[in-house]
Amino acid sequence: MRDLSAARSPPLVSANTTLRALAPATRYILRGGPHVRAAAEQALGTRVPGNACRAFVSGERAVLWLGPDEWLLISPQASAAAIAALLGAALKDLPHSLVDVSHRQIALSVTGPKASALLAAGCPLDLEADAFPVDMCTRTMLAKAEIVLWRTGTEEFRLEVWRSFAAYVSQFLDEAARGII
Amino acid sequence: MLLIECPYCGERPEPEFVYGGQAHIVRPPQPQELSAQQWADFLYQRDNTRGVHAERWRHTHGCGRFFNALRDTTNDHFLATYKVGESPPTGLRVPR
Repeated sequence: MRDLSAARSPPLVSANTTLRALAPATRYILRGGPHVRAAAEQALGTRVPGNACRAFVSGERAVLWLGPDEWLLISPQASAAAIAALLGAALKDLPHSLVDVSHRQIALSVTGPKASALLAAGCPLDLEADAFPVDMCTRTMLAKAEIVLWRTGTEEFRLEVWRSFAAYVSQFLDEAARGII
Repeated sequence: MLLIECPYCGERPEPEFVYGGQAHIVRPPQPQELSAQQWADFLYQRDNTRGVHAERWRHTHGCGRFFNALRDTTNDHFLATYKVGESPPTGLRVPR
């Protein structure tokens, strides 16, 4: 039988703006009050953002503010057990929740001079650099899917997409790219 | 697109929000002392305001938090939003 898979999955690379899937990572959702935040900062040795919609990167780890008591921790795949042990020990006396969501979502990267224009095809947020600066991150909508959008550079975004929405989101962006690029 | 001011995240587009019903309805502390009618009123009876209405909203596709809003039901104008537990701001002018 003729292999049609190549025809069904169009190239995700356009002239200057690129959409690609990022490597698997370890992801945790940490929830808790101000004490949890302070203890997590100490244990991880990184800032845990207290400001709304801000991400903080330290080495290979990133901590994203998702809500006033909710953070997304992203780190390399191999560090899952280490983070669980580290935070488990530091937070054991504080009411909190730490949930491994590594396999719930995948990461997409959108880079290029028209990255924000491409995302604007499905995301109603103002993605201009002054309204959505580097290191701003937020949960939002892209077309009909919920995503976490994080601006990692002036022309670089990282999207955290739930696994079951991944095909929809990447195909939506690919379709949008044809009209823009 | 209608922009709604989330008390945590700032101004955000309406599709990120979900309406959560009338605000400031307090659950009776001793439900067993209520009559069936009083309990039904607490559960089901809501104001049908024409004008400024205090209501709950949830920033579902954002920070996930509930907050309260004062909205004019005649023109869909949001007069104010405030965190749960705070009292509604007073002295607001209703634009016509």
